[in-house]
Amino acid sequence: MADLGINFAGIRSPNPFWLASAPPANSGAQIHRAFEAGWGGAVWKTIGPPVLNVSNRYGAWHHGGQRMLGINNVELISDRPLDVNLREIAEVKRAWPDRAVIVSAMVESKPEAWHKIIRQIEDTGADGIELNYGCPHGMSERGMGAAVGQVPEYCEQITRWVMQAAHIPVIVKLTPNITNIVSPARAAVAAGANGLSLINTLSSITSVDLDTLEISPNIGGKGGHGGYAGPAVKPIALNMLSALGTDEVMHGSKLPISAMGGITTWKDAAEFLLLGASSLQVCTAVMHYGYRIIEDLCDGLSNWMDSKGFQRITDVTGASLGRISDFKDFDLSFRAVARIDPQKCIQCNLCYVACNDTAHQCIDLIDAGGRVVQPYSYAVSSNGKQEATEKRPNPRVREVDCVGCRLCYNICPVDHCISMVEVPSGRDSITWDQIVKTRPEVTEDWEAMEKYRKEKGIHVH
Amino acid sequence: MPGSETKRLAEQLPPLSPQEALVESNRCLYCYDAPCTHACPTHIDIPRFIKKISTDNLTGSARTILEANLLGATCARVCPVQELCEGACVLGHEHKPIMIGRLQRYAMDHMDNDHAAVITKAPASGKSVAVVGSGPAGLSCAGELARRGHSVTVFEKRPLAGGLSTYGIIALREPIEASLQEVRMLERLGVRIEAGKELGANLALADLRTKFEAVFLGPGLGATQVMGIPGEELIVDGLEYIEQSKLNPAGMTIGRNVVVIGAGNTAIDCATVAKRLGAEQVTMVYRRTEKEMSAYPHEYDFVKKEGVAFRFLAQPVRVVVDGQRVTGLACAHMTLGAPDSSGRRVAQFAGSPEFVIPADQVVKAVGQQKPSLAQALGLEVNRGFIKVNVDFETNLPGVFAGGDCIRAKNSASTVMAVQDGKLAAAAIHNRLMNRSLVKKNG
Repeated sequence: MADLGINFAGIRSPNPFWLASAPPANSGAQIHRAFEAGWGGAVWKTIGPPVLNVSNRYGAWHHGGQRMLGINNVELISDRPLDVNLREIAEVKRAWPDRAVIVSAMVESKPEAWHKIIRQIEDTGADGIELNYGCPHGMSERGMGAAVGQVPEYCEQITRWVMQAAHIPVIVKLTPNITNIVSPARAAVAAGANGLSLINTLSSITSVDLDTLEISPNIGGKGGHGGYAGPAVKPIALNMLSALGTDEVMHGSKLPISAMGGITTWKDAAEFLLLGASSLQVCTAVMHYGYRIIEDLCDGLSNWMDSKGFQRITDVTGASLGRISDFKDFDLSFRAVARIDPQKCIQCNLCYVACNDTAHQCIDLIDAGGRVVQPYSYAVSSNGKQEATEKRPNPRVREVDCVGCRLCYNICPVDHCISMVEVPSGRDSITWDQIVKTRPEVTEDWEAMEKYRKEKGIHVH
Repeated sequence: MPGSETKRLAEQLPPLSPQEALVESNRCLYCYDAPCTHACPTHIDIPRFIKKISTDNLTGSARTILEANLLGATCARVCPVQELCEGACVLGHEHKPIMIGRLQRYAMDHMDNDHAAVITKAPASGKSVAVVGSGPAGLSCAGELARRGHSVTVFEKRPLAGGLSTYGIIALREPIEASLQEVRMLERLGVRIEAGKELGANLALADLRTKFEAVFLGPGLGATQVMGIPGEELIVDGLEYIEQSKLNPAGMTIGRNVVVIGAGNTAIDCATVAKRLGAEQVTMVYRRTEKEMSAYPHEYDFVKKEGVAFRFLAQPVRVVVDGQRVTGLACAHMTLGAPDSSGRRVAQFAGSPEFVIPADQVVKAVGQQKPSLAQALGLEVNRGFIKVNVDFETNLPGVFAGGDCIRAKNSASTVMAVQDGKLAAAAIHNRLMNRSLVKKNG
């Protein structure tokens, strides 16, 4: 059986799953229960200066009958007194020596304020510190959180102050509300951080109430942007994670990354590991279903690792990073076409309309006699389940015209019904970068491009 | 307070709750050129109305249904959805089909069924049309003409409008109030209904043809067929049995031991009424077997679960009486021979001695007579049914017909009648408008 244990910059935990610094990690009593359920660690909800919270602080985005594909919040850092938090941190760590207890912190941008909080945290016996440079609402208005994370220079300066005082590992948590995630990451590396974590929440407004025209959630008649998280942000998080993993400076630093952003299942977890994570943080899924989800996160990940022959988490970390590339280096001769399995097809014909209306018009409807027919071509007098099902045409891809865009594959409601099949293009491998270098005129002039296409036998529909 | 009889006949499927409707509507895949729409005789754009439920656009959803089928509320309740839309649902193979009928009812229940408000109506055309019969065919035709701006008068021989929806479909499937609400909706749309007017009694076709620019006949079928067996006068008519169960269930006489003759939709309904209203034993008697019965498989399953027994291959030969009191139904054993013209195997006498099924009430639901009106009006017929062309026009110019009275082929149903009425209305409309064009040009 795979070993799920990790050592993250010196912070050990029996599995890579930590509660993210958020409401599920708000108190000692909660974290006790989380550890009883099996969580490998917890990043304590950010401690720092005094705050006051508001009601209706969580908004959500629901879609297609599924609840909370995204959650948005305007909750601030811990609103419990600092001394209460520090006492409970010490108690939890004493009770759970094998689990990772990391404390998230955020204070005023003054060296003495940071030095003081670092000492207070270290006195609890905690395993590590996470610097919250990401909170996009409320705290940022007071010059903290994302206000720091969005300016690489501030990020570097404050991390330096922290590193002067810290004796335990320091993780810098990055905000995604920035154009290039690599800049603040490099700043943290330069300042000597021991690890990075990402992503914090994205600035967002979830909805407007169509009856009252108020912002939803409604906070006394007002509303505003809050931090967005949950399954909907996963692709954004994966991209930012891989941006760090493929950056030369980051790669050279060998700093471990604790990743988060929509991790809900063990499959999500595995993907984050493959793109470079060494530990994983979870919040929204726990807020949706409770601490109990840790069981399948570990069980599923362990079973998958066994099936793939991965023995430990470090074997998985970054295993797919080498496949991240840029468009200019993609093989332009690669060709795949969509193929529909008629045995699996339920004839919803969503692929037909998607291709016909929005892609490349290369799916035909074929009747029982093998003829191409138009949709809605039955007689007005035709009815009944027998006629409707027996006379229903089947969608079929005209492979010669298929550009392999993969839209039909994505929308097909039946798993494994449409597959993208690699077919020979009959052309030699070449990348855009190579064309730029060998035949630059093709990339600059449409006439030259047309000539190139003709020469290579490239037909664009 | 509804009596206990009314409660026992209360609508079988409750309305969906908003939450149920949301979950179910989101389950719909929104198929393109969807098979459910093809399977529906009125071709309601089903994925469209379901998607509108999921987006909380119930007004749009109701309008989508009504654009194709003005009797959407009735059809949502009475359609054999297992054989039509739901039977064709692509999710039927590996999952459960979408509950299209119940979602349709959910959309139609919206705005307390005030559907007239969502139907777009054309300005008055100055043309008038007479519709005879206020069943599904007549109402559909009347409503479609009214929305096109024509003045429509419906003549109904019974005191209440709605035809079989009002009188002939058991309350379990459609309460009388649902049918009457639909009638009122059509009245709000501008349809005038004159009850107590019967063609051949106090109404003459010739007069209608003079006073109106077109006539649509939707009289339905005749009375229950005569079996010609001794004691038949003591047999209760199945349609009247159902009618009483809707109008006055508390006043009904229900036997303890009821035999229902027939195995079609009406026979199933009669057996259900008898069982629900207190009969201890209900037996359906049919001269062929379950394979040939015209009731749908889901109806057969339903009454079996209600506890109704079946005697197949039994041909009633006489009612057994003690004085004026029914004590049983004597039947002959049958066997199946070669298929007849409809494809069903013919029942033949087996030759063995007859047997008696004990009963204190015998109900017959053996099909209705062909429209007797046809010959009296001088209309051409096809196998006894009124003959119409592709425009639903009879051999008398300007006289159209639709519904059960023209259904020489296939089984009659409410939704088919609605479609007849709709298509006939379109044909009548074209005729009326083209004529006016000719006049203007002339």
